[in-house]
Amino acid sequence: MPTFLGKDLIGLEHLSAEQILAILDTAETFKEISERPIKKVPVLRGKTIVNLFFEPSTRTRISFEFAEKRLSADTVNVAATGSSVAKGETLVDTARNLEAMRIDMVVIRHSASGAARFLAERIPSNVVNAGDGRHEHPTQALLDLLTIRDHRGRIDGLKVCIVGDVLHSRVARSNIWGLLRLGAEVAVCGPATLMPAAVETLGVRFFRRIEEAIEWADVLNVLRLQLERMQAGYVPSLREYNRFFGVSNDRLAAASDDILVLHPGPMNRGVEIDSDVADGPHSVILDQVTNGVAVRMAVLYLLAGGAPEAAEAAKGGGR
Amino acid sequence: MTRPLLIRGGRVIDPSRGFDDAADVLLVGGRVEAVGTALGAPDGADTLDAAGKVVCPGLVDVHVHLREPGGERKETIATGSLAAAAGGFTTICAMPNTDPPIDDPAAVGFVSAAGARAGHARVFPLGAVSVGLAGERLAPVGEMVEAGAVGITDDGHPVYDAGLMRLALEYGRSFDIPVASHCEVRSLSRGGSMNEGVVSTRLGLTGMPNAAEDVMIARDLFLAELTGGRVHIQHVTTKRGTELIRDAKARGVTVTAEGTPHHFSLTDEAVEGYQTHAKVNPPLRSEQDRRAVLAAVADGTLDCIATDHAPHHYDEKEQAFDDAPFGLIGLETALGVSLSRLVVDQHLSLPDLIHRMSTGPARAFGLNAGTLALGAPADVTVIDTAASWTVDARTFRSRSRNTPFDGWTLTGRAVATIVGGAVVHAMDGAE
Ligand SMILES: [Zn+2]
Repeated sequence: MPTFLGKDLIGLEHLSAEQILAILDTAETFKEISERPIKKVPVLRGKTIVNLFFEPSTRTRISFEFAEKRLSADTVNVAATGSSVAKGETLVDTARNLEAMRIDMVVIRHSASGAARFLAERIPSNVVNAGDGRHEHPTQALLDLLTIRDHRGRIDGLKVCIVGDVLHSRVARSNIWGLLRLGAEVAVCGPATLMPAAVETLGVRFFRRIEEAIEWADVLNVLRLQLERMQAGYVPSLREYNRFFGVSNDRLAAASDDILVLHPGPMNRGVEIDSDVADGPHSVILDQVTNGVAVRMAVLYLLAGGAPEAAEAAKGGGR
Repeated sequence: MTRPLLIRGGRVIDPSRGFDDAADVLLVGGRVEAVGTALGAPDGADTLDAAGKVVCPGLVDVHVHLREPGGERKETIATGSLAAAAGGFTTICAMPNTDPPIDDPAAVGFVSAAGARAGHARVFPLGAVSVGLAGERLAPVGEMVEAGAVGITDDGHPVYDAGLMRLALEYGRSFDIPVASHCEVRSLSRGGSMNEGVVSTRLGLTGMPNAAEDVMIARDLFLAELTGGRVHIQHVTTKRGTELIRDAKARGVTVTAEGTPHHFSLTDEAVEGYQTHAKVNPPLRSEQDRRAVLAAVADGTLDCIATDHAPHHYDEKEQAFDDAPFGLIGLETALGVSLSRLVVDQHLSLPDLIHRMSTGPARAFGLNAGTLALGAPADVTVIDTAASWTVDARTFRSRSRNTPFDGWTLTGRAVATIVGGAVVHAMDGAE
C-alpha cells in the first residue's frame, strides 16, 4: 500500500521537503502523548512490528520500542550477530521468514550499507532503516531536524556544521541530505582522514579547523568518535583528536550566543565533546532523545497509512 | 577423426596476416588447409555457409576463472569451456586461484586434461606465481610450464612482495612465459567494495582508490624493465594505469595488458541500488577512467580484451553489498558488448577488435592460436556482426548468472565456433 512516505523509510536522500516537514509536524503532534499519565494511543493497534537488530544499538532500539508501544503495536525484538557471511545469509533467509509470518513492519539495523533497502525490496512489509552500515540513519537525522527546529523555529537558512567522523557515519549522510532539502547551509569539519572522498560533491563545505567551523555555524552536530578508528590509525591519539577537533567551552566562546550543540550519543566525554559543553547551556542533547521517540512514532504512523493532517485525530482515541 | 570443413563465402579477417577479404576457409585434419576464393570441397567434407558473416581466427580469452577444483557449484572446467564456445572463444586461459590452487605440475595437468576431455574449447592453465598463492615462495614454475602452463599469476591476490615479483619475472625468462599481474595495493584498497569516488560517498560504501592499482602497475613496469621479463598487466581500469603502460611500451619495456568489456562499458554508477552484479575487483570506475580504458583498447596500449569471467552462485550475490563476493561473468557477453561498444560506436575497426580478442591475446601468452595461417590449428569463429539480440542470463551455458548485462540489447554474436576443425557451437544467426 503506497503511503504518504511510500512503502519504506530507507533514507532521507530521496524524500521531498514536503515529506520531511510532514514527519516533523506529525512528530510535534505526537510529542504530547509522552507527557500523558497513560502514554498509549491505539494508532497501531493490531499491527505487528519486528525490531531486527543485526548490530547492537541499545539507544535506537529502545527509542523505537517506546514509539511502537506508545502507539499500541505488538513488537518483537530480534537480535542477530555473527560473521559477515553468516549475516548476509541470515538476511535473505530472514526476509523469507518474515514474509512467511505476515508481519506488518520491520525496523532494521545492519552493519552493511544497503541492507535496509535489500530487505525492503524483498518483503511486502514496511521497512524502516534504523541505520545501515555507513549509509543512512534517517530517524536520527529527523530527530536532529526536529530538535533544531524546536529551538530555532526554522531550518531554512541555518548554518549547520557536522563535526567529526563523517566518513564512517550514517548519521552524517542523512543529516546532510535532510538539512539541504530543507534549505540549510551545511558544512563538515574533522580530520581529512575521516572525510569521504569528494565530500564536497554532497553539497557541503569542508572546514579543516574547528575554530573556523564554530565561528561560522549556528548549529554544531558533533559526531561520536568510534574508538576503533584510533586503533585503525585514522587519528593518532584521542588526546590529539580532542586537542584539534574537540568541542570545548573555550572554543564556543567564539561562537554566536545562541549556537546549538547536538550529539547523537553515546558521547565520549573529553574526546569529541567536553563535559562542560555536553551539560552546558548550548546543549540540546537530551531534547534529541525525547524527540527521537516522537519522530519514530510519526514515521511508523505515516508508513502504516496515516495521513499527516489526521494525526491529531488519530491519537485522540486513547484517552 | 573430424571430417574436413569448408567455410564458404564469408568475409575472412585474419589480423595476424593483415588479411581482410571475401574468401573460403578449408579446414582439414584439425589444421587450416587453405584460405582463398572458390575453394572446392574435398570428398566427404562438411560445408558451412558464412555468407554475410565474418570468419576469423578463434577468439582467445586469457583471463577466465573456471572454479574447478573446489568451486564446482559456481562453474566447472566443462561448463566454463562450454560457455566460452557459446561466446565465440576457442581458447581460454584458466586462472590458478582455485581451491586447492594450481601451484604444481599435477594440478596444471589436471586442468589441461579436464579441458581436453570436455572438448568445448582449448583450456590452457596458468600456474601460480607462489606456492599456495601465499606470496612467499616461488612455485615450481619450470615444472608447471612443462606440464602445460602458459604463464603464471597469483590473480585474485596481488604479489605484494616486490622481491618475489622480481624473482618471478627473472625466472619466467628462462621459460619465456609472461607473469600476469593483478595490480592492487591492498593496504590502500582493504575493506573497499567499490570504486572510491562520488558514488561510494553517496552510498556509504568503502571505496578503493585508483592509486591502489596505479602504484602497483608502476612497480611492475619498473620490475619488468629491471629484469627484462614479460609482465602482463591484468584488468587495467584506470586512466593513469593506461598512461603508465603506454609510456612503458614507448620505452621498450616488455609489457602486455588487458582491458575488460565491463570496464570499458560500465562505470561505478552501475553499483547504484547496491547492485551486487556490478561488484567486481578491480572495481568499475569513473567515466573518465572508462573512456581511458576504451581509448587504450582502441590504440593497442591494451593488447587484449579479456573477460575476467568470475562465476558466483546466485545465493552468494543475493546478499548485502559488502557481504557479496567480487566478480561477474563475461564469456557469453564479451563479443556482443565489445562489438556494440567499440565497433558499432566507431572507436575501433572490426579487424582491430578481432586482433584484441584473438591475435593480440594469443601473442601475449605465446599461444599457437589467433591466426588462420596455413597449418595453424583449425580454430575459427564465425560472427554475425549485424545480429541484434537481448542478453538473457537464464540461457547461459555457464553455471552462474552473475552478469550486469542481463537484459541488454547487443549487436553481434558468434554464430559458429570451431575448435580443431570441429563445430563446438552453432546457432541460427538469422534471428
Ligand atoms: Zn584479478
